[in-house]
Amino acid sequence: MNQQEIRDKLFAQFGEEVIQGEIQFRDQITLTVDRGRITSVCRFLREDPELAFDFLSFVGAVDRFPNHPRFEVLYQLYSLRNNHRFRIKALVDETDSEPAAIDSVVAVWPTADWHERETAEMFGISFGGHPDPRKLLLPDEWTCHPLRKDFSLDGSEEETPDLPREVEQGS
Amino acid sequence: MREAASSGDTRVRETFELNVGPHHPSTHGVFRAVVELDGEIVVNITPYLGYLHRGYEKTCEAKTWHNVIPLAERCDYMGATTNSFVYCLAAEKLLDVEAPERAQTIRVIMAELTRIFSHLFWLGTHGHDVGAMTPLFYCLRERESIMDLFELTAGGRLMPNYLRIGGLIRDLEDGFVEKAREFTDQFNFRVDEYEALLTKNPIYVDRVKNIGILSREDAIALGASGPMIRASGVGWDIRKSEPYSGYDRYDFQVAVEQGCDVYSRYLVRIREMRESAKIVRQGLDMLKPGPIRATKPGAVFPPQEEIYTKTEALIHHFMLVVEGVRAPVGQVYQAIESPRGELGVYLVSDGGPNPHRLKWRAPAFVNLETLATMTKGAFLSDLIAILSSIDIVLAEVDR
Repeated sequence: MNQQEIRDKLFAQFGEEVIQGEIQFRDQITLTVDRGRITSVCRFLREDPELAFDFLSFVGAVDRFPNHPRFEVLYQLYSLRNNHRFRIKALVDETDSEPAAIDSVVAVWPTADWHERETAEMFGISFGGHPDPRKLLLPDEWTCHPLRKDFSLDGSEEETPDLPREVEQGS
Repeated sequence: MREAASSGDTRVRETFELNVGPHHPSTHGVFRAVVELDGEIVVNITPYLGYLHRGYEKTCEAKTWHNVIPLAERCDYMGATTNSFVYCLAAEKLLDVEAPERAQTIRVIMAELTRIFSHLFWLGTHGHDVGAMTPLFYCLRERESIMDLFELTAGGRLMPNYLRIGGLIRDLEDGFVEKAREFTDQFNFRVDEYEALLTKNPIYVDRVKNIGILSREDAIALGASGPMIRASGVGWDIRKSEPYSGYDRYDFQVAVEQGCDVYSRYLVRIREMRESAKIVRQGLDMLKPGPIRATKPGAVFPPQEEIYTKTEALIHHFMLVVEGVRAPVGQVYQAIESPRGELGVYLVSDGGPNPHRLKWRAPAFVNLETLATMTKGAFLSDLIAILSSIDIVLAEVDR
């Protein structure tokens, strides 16, 4: 199926309530999916025989700071059976009272495990229902999220110390 | 985990945890795994990554579109050219540029030489990991010849930094075609030599057969790609399924094995080296004279000669260096078949001179995720063979 057919099929299945937007650039379409329905959309993408997106290339995120909603969570998909690709994204916002959060898709594609752990620590987005929400690449004592746009490229002594503080103090 | 044996017996049975790495010869970099062992059997394995995390994606986001290329090659230093290849293809899609035919052919030649280069080093160190010392010396000999080819035409040996958005930095050096042909002509005999050392060697075969089983279903579910998924019976190669840079014009086979074990991964990579040499030979035959860089003022660097002779070219060059190119607002994903699998880059442009977001889909990172599935129930000594069969490059895993 080509990009347009996949788009039409998703619109026919979920309607404009769930598919909130679309962007076409060059030969690729990106659909914006309602954050709350992400797992059901993903499950449909994987299980529908015509779509059959059995392979998840990656889960990632984009920080649109200072715009709102602040984050886009991306799912780049591929179907080994039908040899087509597609991309969906969900908009996730962060407010003073509510941290950025979206449901995990590990149950749909087990490979999402490490991708979601990486995205969580890099952007500070929590993935609800993730089986193992530890940090992956960053030191445990870091509380910052380096891929956010308001994080300085240089880091800082306080936020990104070379050594854990206890070690530095010689205790 | 403690459990009492039968009643009256006061002995207890317990597992113990063993730390492997971060400095261990088999980790080819800095990778740590905490292994829970029941005697010699692996019960559970918890990988710890990030020792080589250098904030690669963040750094790229602070560079102009053209300046990302040398950095891209440093992501996976074993397959340097494939990194700049995928980045250039993605940036070209974003900027709506197409590399001319000669550049496309040279890119394919370079990418396939890189694949041989990477597989050779894998083969040597893999043999070393499982106790076969000799292959390493043979493999490094041929790897040296490839580095000489890179050096001849690009200057760099490990990281040639040869590709540019829209084409190449310069044309092939005189003598490259002859030397490359000489290399490919004798390469099949060299692979025969490696195979004579390993393929039917009972010590090697016993060590790797039926070890590290990754079923077809697990391979797909865990996102494995490249030789990892092809050794599990899935004939998926992006060069065939979504040809880029003219790969549809080359005649080559996709190496597939059904064994799902370490030995199958070995066989797949051996066959891939032979096929890559075949592609290089076809590429050399296909080479026709022509431009090596697309013409798109304001997006692609003008040819060096014109900068010295034409004011307009000089201005475009100056503006590209000082301000960079302003890509249209949009996002693209481009994937290619790297020596390790699906290497992808997702670029987001907000109209500025540098990428708003650059997401690297690193195949070694995703392939490493299969480690836990493959090692549960295996012997600790097999863990080293299994880890080796993934062909991890930690610089790419941690980014």
